[in-house]
Amino acid sequence: MSLIYNWMYYIASGGLILIGMYIILVKTNLIKIIIGLNFIDTGVNILLVCIGYVKGRTAPIFSTSRINPTNVVDPVPQALVLTAIVIGVAVLALALSIAIKVYEHNKTLNVTKIRGLKW
Amino acid sequence: MRTRKIISIIILLILAGGFILTFSQIPFGKDKINVAHYYISKGIEETGAVNIVTSVVLNYRGFDTLGEVTVLFIAAIGLGAVLFTEKRVQKHASKSKDDKTKKASLILRTGSNLLFPLILLFGAYIFVHGHLTPGGGFQGGAVIASGFLLMYLAFPKQSINKKSLSVVESLSGLIFVGIGLFGLIFSGYFLSNFLPKGIPNTLFSAGIIPIIYIAVGFKVGFELTSVIDDLLGRGK
Repeated sequence: MSLIYNWMYYIASGGLILIGMYIILVKTNLIKIIIGLNFIDTGVNILLVCIGYVKGRTAPIFSTSRINPTNVVDPVPQALVLTAIVIGVAVLALALSIAIKVYEHNKTLNVTKIRGLKW
Repeated sequence: MRTRKIISIIILLILAGGFILTFSQIPFGKDKINVAHYYISKGIEETGAVNIVTSVVLNYRGFDTLGEVTVLFIAAIGLGAVLFTEKRVQKHASKSKDDKTKKASLILRTGSNLLFPLILLFGAYIFVHGHLTPGGGFQGGAVIASGFLLMYLAFPKQSINKKSLSVVESLSGLIFVGIGLFGLIFSGYFLSNFLPKGIPNTLFSAGIIPIIYIAVGFKVGFELTSVIDDLLGRGK
């Protein structure tokens, strides 16, 4: 039980990354592939935040005087994830717009049926 | 199809083995802070912001954030360039004539009229208080864009002025770069915190950080709004 408790976040983030990769490798619908990309993005973000977590400590915001510098978690992964989320949104929007254009050209979103793509 | 499934499952199992080998070496919840000791202990007196994440994002790694805002900007431009064609605009115009009777429900229209100013206020609160509370420009901008998305759902016919969107967006980007250049003039390096730090934990503190976060909030909010606008196919 304590094994699951200790490794819960790693399992969750690794699971999300692997599920996303499985979707990208197996599914043929372009929208589903983009959703798989988003799964990987979310998994990596959770992984970064939980690597920076320290048990029993609080967020690195000194809004009350009770919080002293030895009692906070690592702020650097959180800053990285903050920017990575926005990049993820931008990538998602750009990928969806390209999917719209692919649909207009080929009248299908199935990547096995698009001519010019060998799969 | 079947062989592809089997092959990809084998690949993913190998990858999962690699994950397990790697993460068994990284203990969860143990103290492994190295670089950030400096930020945590010196952050408040050097930047004046009580939120250390904000001071890392905008002060210690401000140049990185500028690059990241640029990535968002390029993605929005690329989306407009991919989706924009004359034919598409005409097609949309003829389509909207056909379904003129289509309207959002009364509940959605009334509710979004009521909620829209509150959502904007909440977004503004989040990015103004970015140096004091969890939050900041990126989050506040996303909240503002969600308010605009609600308005697009409630009033599918109307469209906001695309030109004013891009003017606000460009101006806030210029403010970010301009403050960086002022730092170069006044204290010798790009994006340095040249304004007085003030008393920590008050609204007017932390020098340039609130100003930059307000600019980032406007920029992200209006950029995501223009992304929504393009994806809905009414981009001029």
